[in-house]
Amino acid sequence: MKRQIPLLIIVVVGWVLMFSVFIPPMESWGEEASLFFDIIAVFAFFLGGGNLLRVHFTKVSRKSANWGYSVVTLVGFLAMLYVGLFKIGNTGGIGAPLDATGSWFQLLFKYVMSPLQSTMYSLLAFFVASASYRAFRAKNTEATILLIAAFVILLGRTPLGTILTAWVPDSFSIAQIPNLAIWIMNSPNLAGQRAIMIGIALGVVSMSLRLLLGIERSYLGSDN
Amino acid sequence: MLKSQSGLAAAEDHAVRDAFLLTLAAFLTLSIYSFLYGDNPFYRFAEHLFVGISAAYWMCQGFWSTIVGNFIPRTLPSFAEYFQVPYKGFSWHYLIPVALGIILLMRLVPKLSWISRWPLAFIIGTTAGLNLPRYLQSDFIQQMNNTFISILPDWQGIGPFFSTLSLSAEGQLAMIATNLVIFVGVICGLIYFFFSKEHKGAFGVASRIGIWVLMVTFGASFGYTVMGRISLLVGRITFLFHDWLNIL
Amino acid sequence: MGFVISAIVIGGGLLWILIRSLQGKDVDRRVVFTFIGITVCLAVLFQLKFGESATPIVKAAFDKIEQLPAGSKIVISYDFDPAMAPEVHPMANAFVRHALAKKHKIYFFSLWATGQSLLEVTVQDILKKEFPDARYGIDYCNMGYKAGNEGVLNVVITDIRKMYPGDVNGTPLDSLPMMADVKSLKDMDLLISIGGGKPGVKEWVLFAGDRGGIPTAGGAAAVSTPLLYPYYPRQLVGLLGGTKGAAEYESELIKRYPQFANIDTPALQMMGPQTMAHVVIVAFIIIGNVSYFRSRRKKVTNG
Repeated sequence: MKRQIPLLIIVVVGWVLMFSVFIPPMESWGEEASLFFDIIAVFAFFLGGGNLLRVHFTKVSRKSANWGYSVVTLVGFLAMLYVGLFKIGNTGGIGAPLDATGSWFQLLFKYVMSPLQSTMYSLLAFFVASASYRAFRAKNTEATILLIAAFVILLGRTPLGTILTAWVPDSFSIAQIPNLAIWIMNSPNLAGQRAIMIGIALGVVSMSLRLLLGIERSYLGSDN
Repeated sequence: MLKSQSGLAAAEDHAVRDAFLLTLAAFLTLSIYSFLYGDNPFYRFAEHLFVGISAAYWMCQGFWSTIVGNFIPRTLPSFAEYFQVPYKGFSWHYLIPVALGIILLMRLVPKLSWISRWPLAFIIGTTAGLNLPRYLQSDFIQQMNNTFISILPDWQGIGPFFSTLSLSAEGQLAMIATNLVIFVGVICGLIYFFFSKEHKGAFGVASRIGIWVLMVTFGASFGYTVMGRISLLVGRITFLFHDWLNIL
Repeated sequence: MGFVISAIVIGGGLLWILIRSLQGKDVDRRVVFTFIGITVCLAVLFQLKFGESATPIVKAAFDKIEQLPAGSKIVISYDFDPAMAPEVHPMANAFVRHALAKKHKIYFFSLWATGQSLLEVTVQDILKKEFPDARYGIDYCNMGYKAGNEGVLNVVITDIRKMYPGDVNGTPLDSLPMMADVKSLKDMDLLISIGGGKPGVKEWVLFAGDRGGIPTAGGAAAVSTPLLYPYYPRQLVGLLGGTKGAAEYESELIKRYPQFANIDTPALQMMGPQTMAHVVIVAFIIIGNVSYFRSRRKKVTNG
């Protein structure tokens, strides 16, 4: 029961979705399976929240190292959950969109979550700059090619590239940095990305087939 | 008169509230940036707050959009009326995903966590069933189709080709170079990923060209990554100067 | 004036880093951080601006909207979060302005929950302020967010009402006039996804555009832009990549529609600081390599 039922579920659901693409009468079966998937996906969010609560409550109750920060996480989590589930401050009432302007949910999103997330990612700008200075070396042919391509893109995707090579005649315009950047993107970059894409597609297809045929079972774990 | 005065008071309250929230947002922004100097309590505070808030954010969105938006309209008429969503008639089979969802939560109970494999199997099966035909069609067949393109686009003959020979970006020579590099690049790139045969001789040469093409790809990706990260930094600095300090 | 001050500060700083690197002395990472921070701050403060013109891949997306007859149905999907917003929100706003100026009907979707919250910003700042005559349910409607990534697309490609019993307000779709002749995405004239992660432009191409034979355009964060090039031009009619793509679209919009001459153009404004930062990073790469080759030659000379 621990292994057979999951195997059965995968095979049935997977093949239903496969056939629903090719057999029109089965289209609605595919729609239903997708809708089921969407509802289960939400429970995955709940699972994430539940897990977060468990981990941080344990930290606080055991007074583990830095437990004070766990309190911050819990307060943030419970506050957002409260204003979201009860639509606090939402002038449109229970039927209005969750993130209507003026609702506390939207305010917390706009003034707390949004700046935190965007600043977190923008930190990478500093690390990328540091890496450019410290690690980006033309040590061999491959590294040199990579460096030149990056160089052309960095200059070509700004107005500076246009200014630097504005003197190049139109009959030789491929040598203008912005045009060179466009050519790199449309030609060698496209070729490389396509090779990677085809490789990934073959991987996805073969793994999906292994799952649907019941050959791949590693997701079931080792315990019985 | 009274109404307009109370309106003004409300607007003033909102302005104070918004100013406070903007300052809070700026404080959180600077707290995150403090990490550049080194790990510190301000950064940790901001980081932990983000984790808590974003987890709850996704939970609330999921609840209202999908549980209230898709499950209730098909199962619970009185709830549909309460939540002001259109009732679509009772469909018992929508209880299945909710049951599977509840079973998924059993993962939080160590003794019962094995049963959470059922909904996980549903998720894996759906993903496999959805991805197999689409990746095969769009990322394999269509990509191969896009690769086998004319090497001599808009070919008018040798005469016109030589009489208009130029290295302009829109010229025929550039187009030929583009299509040729795409064809050769994809084939050589795929050869590089083919590990069942030793990369020697002609195969080795093709594989080497494949590496070079991939290096250009990674260089382009690096360039774009730099662009993206800088944009985010510009966005935050603009927020501090424009929205918060209002000096722009 | 601002440009001169910025050039002096940045040039001076780079020279100092170059000299220190050539002397073989270490430049602390915090100095590099401070330097890139100051560069962006100066460029933002002095509001350095450069001109832009649309590249073919951006122009293709613009022309597609331009060529559609008035009243065409366009899906604009907000598939992004605040982390990508500085890059992609301006392109979303530009698409909305363009579509409404051409009198197209817009169907908003969100495959990311955060997209729905950011769409609310567009509704308040663009739709309500710049297009007060645009009517909900007739000129535009908001389907809202649904969980399930490509699972959502797998349903709406054949039946929108099955996935969306109501719009974001809970209004039944049948009571929206613009939904009268719409059953699925196959009834749309153009799909536009704006994102930079999963699900995003790629999923719209795979599960909607290709499957339904519907023209699809995209706006993507710079990080994921190179990955989408293999779809252009057969599977993607056009693609906007990062701030640069958004700035090109904004410039094209201003050029073709004089009524937008005075609109807020955040992407075009960001290109000044972006350019300065790129110059600094290119200089960093050059300085790093010069000092590397110098130290290598020294090693060879010293035996």
